[in-house]
Amino acid sequence: MKDTDTAPAGARTPRLAGRGALIGALVLFAIFAVLPFAAHAAGDPFFIVTATRIIVFAIAALSLDLILGYGAIVSFGHAAFMGIGAYSVAILATHGIGDVLVQALVAVLASALFALVTGAISLRTKGVYFIMITLAFGQMAYFFMVSLSAYGGDDGLTLYDRSTLFGAPLLDGDIGLYYAALAVLVGAFFLLRAVVASRFGRVLRGTRDNRVRMQAIGFSPYPYQLTAYVLAGAIAGLAGVLLANQTEFVSPAYMTWQRSGELIVMVVLGGMGTLTGAIAGAVGFLMLEEILSSLWVHWHIVFGALLVLIVLYTRGGLAGLAGRVFGGRRR
Amino acid sequence: MSGLLSVRNLCKSFGALKVTDGIDFDVAPGEIHAIIGPNGAGKTTLIHQLSGALKSDSGTVRFAGEDITRLSMAARVKKGLARSFQITSILEGFTVLENAATAVQARSGSSFRFFTPAASESVLNEAAMAALARVGLAEAAHRRAGDLSHGEKRQLEIALALATDAKLLLLDEPLAGTGHEEGAVLIALMADLKATHTLVLIEHDMDAVFALADTVSALVYGRLIASGTPDAVRADPEVRAAYLGEEG
Repeated sequence: MKDTDTAPAGARTPRLAGRGALIGALVLFAIFAVLPFAAHAAGDPFFIVTATRIIVFAIAALSLDLILGYGAIVSFGHAAFMGIGAYSVAILATHGIGDVLVQALVAVLASALFALVTGAISLRTKGVYFIMITLAFGQMAYFFMVSLSAYGGDDGLTLYDRSTLFGAPLLDGDIGLYYAALAVLVGAFFLLRAVVASRFGRVLRGTRDNRVRMQAIGFSPYPYQLTAYVLAGAIAGLAGVLLANQTEFVSPAYMTWQRSGELIVMVVLGGMGTLTGAIAGAVGFLMLEEILSSLWVHWHIVFGALLVLIVLYTRGGLAGLAGRVFGGRRR
Repeated sequence: MSGLLSVRNLCKSFGALKVTDGIDFDVAPGEIHAIIGPNGAGKTTLIHQLSGALKSDSGTVRFAGEDITRLSMAARVKKGLARSFQITSILEGFTVLENAATAVQARSGSSFRFFTPAASESVLNEAAMAALARVGLAEAAHRRAGDLSHGEKRQLEIALALATDAKLLLLDEPLAGTGHEEGAVLIALMADLKATHTLVLIEHDMDAVFALADTVSALVYGRLIASGTPDAVRADPEVRAAYLGEEG
């Protein structure tokens, strides 16, 4: 007789699926929207590059939150999808295909396919085994790119031109790329927000709360979890397209398990299962990194300690904190 | 073969231990069939085998004439065979209504729908409310399931089985852990369910069993030692020695 968990992880997650999370996200989007003007006015136009990077990682964190936060699927290989997206851009570019729509389509299909194959295998396992297998697949992708000398191998690939749209160099300027990334972020947020509230999302959330109960009312969780995994992989692939354009360089380092770990930290830091939290987590993580690394060479020590403190004392991450500060817990 | 549920020569061993040892029984449509037995007799294992949570080593389980022995739990639910759990198993983070609506959703169209908010689907919510009303939880529909009292959670367990549109409910100790008043509510509920459903019930509370059941089967060390009307089983000397005697 096994001990059925009476307080599953989901019970403590702040239920910010409602208004609070939406308002939080809209505030963040509004800040993002005026940021280039503010940076210009403040005489720091270079900040837009950092902000683009933040948005790109926010998209990836958002996609991870779908499986981690709503599906309790702890994937330790999420960076691989970003890497596949980034390599789609760089590899197509070396063959003279620079159109962002083609690149994005290939990136989404390639990362979705990788998610389908690896997810179909790894989702047959649970818990620590699942984490290990996703990590292994992520590392496989990493070492594959390291050994693929035709496309730079360990050294990576430099992108000589940013992607174009129907031949127009819309992303060449930093501002153009920034707003393109922001548009993808906003689109991904509202897409995922609809998905988690849908029938599909309900099955995902129910499985997170109590898998056996879901089976006992007639659901087989596997195809739903696999679909979520593929969707998350595809969106992360799209983030990779933007990342390649932002850095104008692609390397296997994008796919390492450390990078996957950072994405998990962003989601946990921001608050799992809120979507808004994933965005806030990416902002918090990368800003903290930016600020601390400019202050002290050994900034990692402080960074690590701060992350531990935030996770320990905010219960539910930044979103949980915000939920308590602004009007307590709803529902 | 008679009966809504027919079990023939069902076996399950864990290592050398035969937990289910050649069990045969039939459940007629519309009856309440109680399975009693001392602790460790294999009652919960039997329910797991009937519901599909555990694979049987051998034997067959037929439901409505169809062999379901190899079907998964989810597939059996779709056929109309739903279960409740001895240790409360609900979606704690969901509201009571969403719990029931999720069970309705499992049998009502595809769940591969990504854009319409599930919470506003009246088809799901109406059927869910009907199930909740049946167990007396309509008032609690918008509370968080994890915040319910223990007795209410036991009612929700039954509501979830009902919401799947099951014909036969496998109830694993529905009264487990309930106080006297909570228990009375559940006993009245089961008596009411008899009008529309077939019930297979595992229960320790002998007063409840003999008040509710049409047929009682006694399970001891994985074998059914007696099966019949409550009075016949109560009078059976073997049953008295194995089980009832212990309670004086």
